[in-house]
Amino acid sequence: MIDAPAIRTHELAKRYGSITALAGLTMTIPRGDIFGFLGPNGAGKTTAVKLLLGLTPPTSGHAEVLGAAIGDRAALRRVGYLPELFRYQSWLTAREVLALHCELAGIDRAAWQREIEDALAIVALADRGSGRIGTYSKGMQRRLGLGVALLGAPDLVVLDEPTSALDPVGRHDVREIIRGLGERGTTVFLNSHLLSEVEQVCHRVAIVDHGRVVAEGTLDELLGGDTVRIRVSDLERAAKTGLSRFGQLDDEGDWVVIRGIDSERVPELVADIVRLGGRVHAVEPRHESLEDRFLRLLGQPN
Amino acid sequence: MLALTIARLQLQELVRRRLFLVLLLLTIVVIALTTWGFSRIPSLGEGQGRPISEVQRAAVASQLLILVMFMFSFVLAFSAVFAASPAISAEVESGTTLAMLARPITRLEYVVGKWLGLLATVLIYAIPAASVQMLLVQLVVGYSPPHPLEFLGFVIGEAAVILTLSLLFSTRFAGMVGGVSGLILWGLAWMGGIVGAIGLVFDNATLTHVGTASKLILPTDGLWRGAVWSLEPASLIAAARAAGAAAAANPFFAADAPAALYVLWCVIWILFVLALAVWSFTRKEL
Repeated sequence: MIDAPAIRTHELAKRYGSITALAGLTMTIPRGDIFGFLGPNGAGKTTAVKLLLGLTPPTSGHAEVLGAAIGDRAALRRVGYLPELFRYQSWLTAREVLALHCELAGIDRAAWQREIEDALAIVALADRGSGRIGTYSKGMQRRLGLGVALLGAPDLVVLDEPTSALDPVGRHDVREIIRGLGERGTTVFLNSHLLSEVEQVCHRVAIVDHGRVVAEGTLDELLGGDTVRIRVSDLERAAKTGLSRFGQLDDEGDWVVIRGIDSERVPELVADIVRLGGRVHAVEPRHESLEDRFLRLLGQPN
Repeated sequence: MLALTIARLQLQELVRRRLFLVLLLLTIVVIALTTWGFSRIPSLGEGQGRPISEVQRAAVASQLLILVMFMFSFVLAFSAVFAASPAISAEVESGTTLAMLARPITRLEYVVGKWLGLLATVLIYAIPAASVQMLLVQLVVGYSPPHPLEFLGFVIGEAAVILTLSLLFSTRFAGMVGGVSGLILWGLAWMGGIVGAIGLVFDNATLTHVGTASKLILPTDGLWRGAVWSLEPASLIAAARAAGAAAAANPFFAADAPAALYVLWCVIWILFVLALAVWSFTRKEL
């Protein structure tokens, strides 16, 4: 199923007793996408990943990964995964951990050496590859985890909060690695609560809250243009309503807020207000960041 | 076969965590001390001018060997419990299993691999340690137990039983909880064996049934009795028989070898509990 999407889910749900961790996830992620799965802590992101990798069974719904049912062995060979909270065997060296995962992933033994050295080089651990994991810092374990997820050039790489525990240089490196994967055509499923990270590397984003996807699309679609706030007086209510042709209108009394407006049309908007008899006191254009959108979707005060 | 990969990893862990080293060093100390003790047996009674007879020497040596081997089986069972109880639970707690089980490996392969690794650990320790002890006793006292191979089979079987049970606990409970539970149950089974033997002595059906049930539910003591039997010289068994049923209540005496059917039951027991562990872990939410 080469043409099948990387991930397809339909009403995928997980409940632990009375707690709903994921309430019906339906989404399709095409091959080659760098997909950001964004949400606050406890939104159900990690649960979604565990379901997709067959680590925990869904309560209802179904999903396909690389065109195969969840947990399919052939499909799992082509998936790399960096868990959020984990430790490797502290008594193994980094090279031994990588070799173990080469073996578990069913990579041809003749290719192990090259795979291991490549992975260590990509995550900048080549000089520490013979050190025991027990002596590694959290950030180094994270880097190694990323290296493990890249073994065998997988078709899908699932990264659960890959930059947690990393310093700014490490975060930058991880973003570069993710971009590199995107250029190679690898699908990346990036779980994160760090908006800037997602904004910088992802093609498409789903925002999840309380176990539900509340918005999904490309960054452009999600952000949907700019916002402008205008302080205006002497404008009839009916006239204000007419402004909704420029974007989503919010009447806040003295202020009128238009969301999703093309910034090129702001002068036209102001001219329209004046023509309708309104007096313009202030115009505040604002580019909506993913953070604004995120907070608005989650119903938080901005 | 990924189960063998997991088994190798388990063995490697116990080696790297120096379990083998500690066991080796302490066992050498114990063997050296006990061998010195055994070497004093032939000179017993010389002070009174009454050197002990050949039969007495065999009786004393076999009794002491049984006590030493009880300690050995105790160490073996405890080591098996302590190695098996955290074998899975610790990896679940640390998230190691998340990274590993997202690979194309089944839970069956993972659990069976753990079991094989732990069983290999028992074999690697038990066979040389017990063999060296028996050989040295033969060297210094001239006493060799009548069924050394059976003895190895029974003590290893006993360790395999408690190891498999601890691994089952490890699929659900923290290492500490599983370890404590394993040890308490092991102790209960030992007491159950004594209760059953007392029932036989006093011809009390209820007590006998308790003993039989405990031997079936957790066969560690049943196998230990087999180990005792394989160390006893025929003269000792004959003397005990002559003394009547009272000897049966002694936890360090066994008049008969366990029946072949019982040994078969132990094998089935181990396989059943292992299957239960696989089933339990397959349903475990990670």
